[in-house]
Amino acid sequence: MATTNDIATRQAEPEQDGVAFVSVENLQKSFGSHKVLNGVTLSVHRGETLAVLGRSGTGKSVLLRIIIGLETPDSGSVSIHGQDIAGLALDRMSAIRMKMGFLFQHAALYDSLTVAGNVAFPLEHHRKDLSKSERNERVKQLLAEVGLEDGFDRMPSDISGGMQKRVGLARALALEPEILLLDEPTAGLDPISSGEIDDLILKLQRERQMASIVVTHDMHSARTIANRLAILDQGNVLIEGSFEDLQQSDIEFVKEFIKQS
Amino acid sequence: MSPNERELASAAFDPPATTLSSTFKGFFEWFGNLGIFTSQVFRAAVTPPVEWRELARQLDEVGSKSFPLVVMAGAAIGVVISLETRYSLGRFGARSMFPTALVYSVVQIMGPIITGLVVCGRVGAGIGAELASMKVSEQIDAIEASAINPYRLLAATRIVACILMLPLLTVAADASGLITGWFAQSLVEPLSFHQFISSGFSGATFSAFLPQTFKTAVYGLIIGLIACFQGMTTQGGAEGVGRAATNSVVLGSLFLILADVVLVKFILVVFS
Repeated sequence: MATTNDIATRQAEPEQDGVAFVSVENLQKSFGSHKVLNGVTLSVHRGETLAVLGRSGTGKSVLLRIIIGLETPDSGSVSIHGQDIAGLALDRMSAIRMKMGFLFQHAALYDSLTVAGNVAFPLEHHRKDLSKSERNERVKQLLAEVGLEDGFDRMPSDISGGMQKRVGLARALALEPEILLLDEPTAGLDPISSGEIDDLILKLQRERQMASIVVTHDMHSARTIANRLAILDQGNVLIEGSFEDLQQSDIEFVKEFIKQS
Repeated sequence: MSPNERELASAAFDPPATTLSSTFKGFFEWFGNLGIFTSQVFRAAVTPPVEWRELARQLDEVGSKSFPLVVMAGAAIGVVISLETRYSLGRFGARSMFPTALVYSVVQIMGPIITGLVVCGRVGAGIGAELASMKVSEQIDAIEASAINPYRLLAATRIVACILMLPLLTVAADASGLITGWFAQSLVEPLSFHQFISSGFSGATFSAFLPQTFKTAVYGLIIGLIACFQGMTTQGGAEGVGRAATNSVVLGSLFLILADVVLVKFILVVFS
């Protein structure tokens, strides 16, 4: 297992100055009578990776979906580069989404398109300035970046879960986002594939200096890739800080969470 | 009556009332959501960019791939109407009216509605199932997360394809029905095709046939809109996909027939 020093040297140094890339204030969301988020406040700066942990059903994925505008909060605000996204029309929201990449929990690849087609999809719609050969070259680069050198013509149903996550990550990176949202990037993967995905996220974090929010159950993965960790419980942030801060916490739930991870 | 018995009696009475009110609520909610969905699709359809490639794919999917089915349905209807009409006209000694009766029956009545129902069955179910499958596997969310408007890419293209293709498919179904109707008749009573057509269309004006053919554009709107709405708003896994496909066909067919009532009256008032 990596030591604290090892991890610290592998992670990029975040910039704490200036406006937060993502800022969430007092976010509340209910589905029917079930309150999922109850006043969540978080912010992430350039080059910083925040891992959001918590038990299943505590609203971690809902938080990410609200940040990218796929769900609407009941109250509270989400700001991207200082701009409040509440009530934005779909086309104006799209302009903000161009700066964001989203990796879905189950990759959500387009099942009628090949691996290359999936990665090319955002480029075809938003980078009309690229010729077909330039676009193909860019797709190859992106897939190489996530460790895929061949099998570009295979369909998503013909590749493993780990490869699907990599393709999903390549697609999320296609428009060179400044903000990366990752929903359970290592869920359902074997330890070796999980480690590879973690290394990939660290590499991207160092090279691209994105602001990233990673939702995960995997404490080891969170500790490896994140500068800061936040634990959600009962719709609120129970604790936020470095792994060491969490270790020193007296909160019983946090102690139990770390112990069981 | 003991408190327990009162509770049971109350519980036994409440569900139908609750069910009835929730049914009404669900009914109006469905129309409200359909209205919101329609406005979003309309806004996406009239603002650039146009998704030309997807539109071309959908024109092929709705038009070319429905063509054989529509032609076969039209052919069968032509034969049925020919047999029935000859028998009915024979009873009144009006066999000379056969070409005109067949042309009017096929082109004005049966061609449009049969085309609408066949396309609703094939295309409506296909669109409903495809979009519902994309919805439950988060592919529609992935499109939106990629800063692409799914109403423009997925819904507007399919609805426009249905609107454009239905009249063309209706013409194909009409032509097929007239040919097989004439063929069935000529087996019993030889009649040249030229004679059949000139007799059938004699005295006919464009206004007698064009509105009946172009009203199918409204059928296309209904088929596309209902199927896209059912698909893109479905919930649940495989069950939701099945429900969306079924509802697309059932509701599409129902609204298509109801719309026909209004359209026929409208055409009679405006074009007669």
